Amino acid sequence: MDVLTDNFSLYGEGFLGTVELTVYSSALALALGFVMASFRVAPVGSLRVLGTVWVTVLRNTPLTLLFFAVLLGLPRFGLVLPFQLFAVLALGCYTSAFICEVLRSGINTVPTGQGEAARTLGMSFGQTLGNVVLPQAFRSVIPPIGSTLIALAKNSAIAGAFSVTELLGTYRTLNELGYSIIWTFIWIAVGYLIITLTISALFHVMEKRWGVAR
Amino acid sequence: MTHSAPTPTALYDIPGPQARKRHLVYGIVSTALILALVGWIVYLLFDTDQFTAEKWRPFQYKGIQELLLRGLGNTLKAFAYAAVLSLALGAVLAVGRLSVHRPVRWVSTLLVEFFRAMPVLVMIFFIFVALKVQALPALVAGLTLYNGSVLAEVFRTGINSVDRGQREAAYALGMRKTQVTTFVLAPQAVRAMLPTIISQLVVALKDTSLGYLITYEEFLHAGKLIASNLDYGLPFIPVVMVISPIYIGLCMLLSWFATWVARRQRRSPKTEAVGVAPAEPGKLLPGGQ
Repeated sequence: MDVLTDNFSLYGEGFLGTVELTVYSSALALALGFVMASFRVAPVGSLRVLGTVWVTVLRNTPLTLLFFAVLLGLPRFGLVLPFQLFAVLALGCYTSAFICEVLRSGINTVPTGQGEAARTLGMSFGQTLGNVVLPQAFRSVIPPIGSTLIALAKNSAIAGAFSVTELLGTYRTLNELGYSIIWTFIWIAVGYLIITLTISALFHVMEKRWGVAR
Repeated sequence: MTHSAPTPTALYDIPGPQARKRHLVYGIVSTALILALVGWIVYLLFDTDQFTAEKWRPFQYKGIQELLLRGLGNTLKAFAYAAVLSLALGAVLAVGRLSVHRPVRWVSTLLVEFFRAMPVLVMIFFIFVALKVQALPALVAGLTLYNGSVLAEVFRTGINSVDRGQREAAYALGMRKTQVTTFVLAPQAVRAMLPTIISQLVVALKDTSLGYLITYEEFLHAGKLIASNLDYGLPFIPVVMVISPIYIGLCMLLSWFATWVARRQRRSPKTEAVGVAPAEPGKLLPGGQ
């Protein structure tokens, strides 16, 4: 029990590290995923190929390998950035492939007739997309995006093992200080539960407000 | 029709001659941009001396090839154990969640929810550090707990998706609950869920690389040993270039297998309900007197 009270600042630092990593990586994953999804439904062939290759490769890459390549490989390449930024890059790119597929299936759930009707009304491509298709797609993808981001939060633990300041990483210091390992891990587990449950609650509220009633 | 998008979408019409011309221009411009990006990366690789003979020499040595092969073997070994054990655990937990006894149901629900909410790596580290288990069993146990819980939910949805009538018919024939589950519901559930089950196994295969973080001597670990060798000028990038295609290829093979099974199932008449001709008026049973 006293592991937490004695090392509150250390735990707090790790907890904030995980939260930061999750927030930044989520932003990157959502933005990149949106770009890749729009590439995959674009009428231009080469963009579709790029999107498909991006998704296929990243979905089949072990995240540890990606972290290895980005955190240890890129510096050899002459690119030196803070470790946390590298971690955000790896996590964000990896998750963007999953976000892309979720968004694409969301766009596919919108009936073709909706777009046809919009065009018949004389709407431009931008209007069709922005006013008719995307709002409906957005409503149907809230739950799967939520679970993808929860997976991202859990995956951020790998960054800790690559010595980015993060919740799981705190165990190393506490272990050296000689605290009970079991309790150390219990509080780490609680930290992760707080983060994942918060995301899940957030998306639950969003789904209640905007989700599709089925 | 040759130039339309692969599937009809709500986003745009089948392009006419003018739109097709415009799309061609976009296509050429974006292809040029992509090629420029690839070219820049290749230039950077050459510029930072990633293709010097020194950095690629290690892959010619027999010892290093054997080291990589042993690593790959260890990866596949961990995957095999984890796959078999997670399927078993998934079956047990699914049966637990479907049990008629309330405490059993509660305990299995709690276990499933907890193991799904925890990062796999935290569980692996806990087993490795706190319980002081060897690297391979720790890795396999962590993967089993996580994937087993996910698979339990897959099995449960599969069993619940079997038509009610199947269960009722089986009970009407005098089968016990265990018999109904094992002989009627489970086979149909597994068949329906096979693509999802294989996709989950891809996750397990990908996650075996977490073993690297607890110094299990798997494929990535072997790569790291070569990459951090000063004698070869720290060949990190060459190692990544050799290892990634193999990892990605393995996972893609398994993913492709999952989609292949799914596509085959959609065509197979066995997975669809067998249509029975309705009884004609005046006859008691179809085909009867």
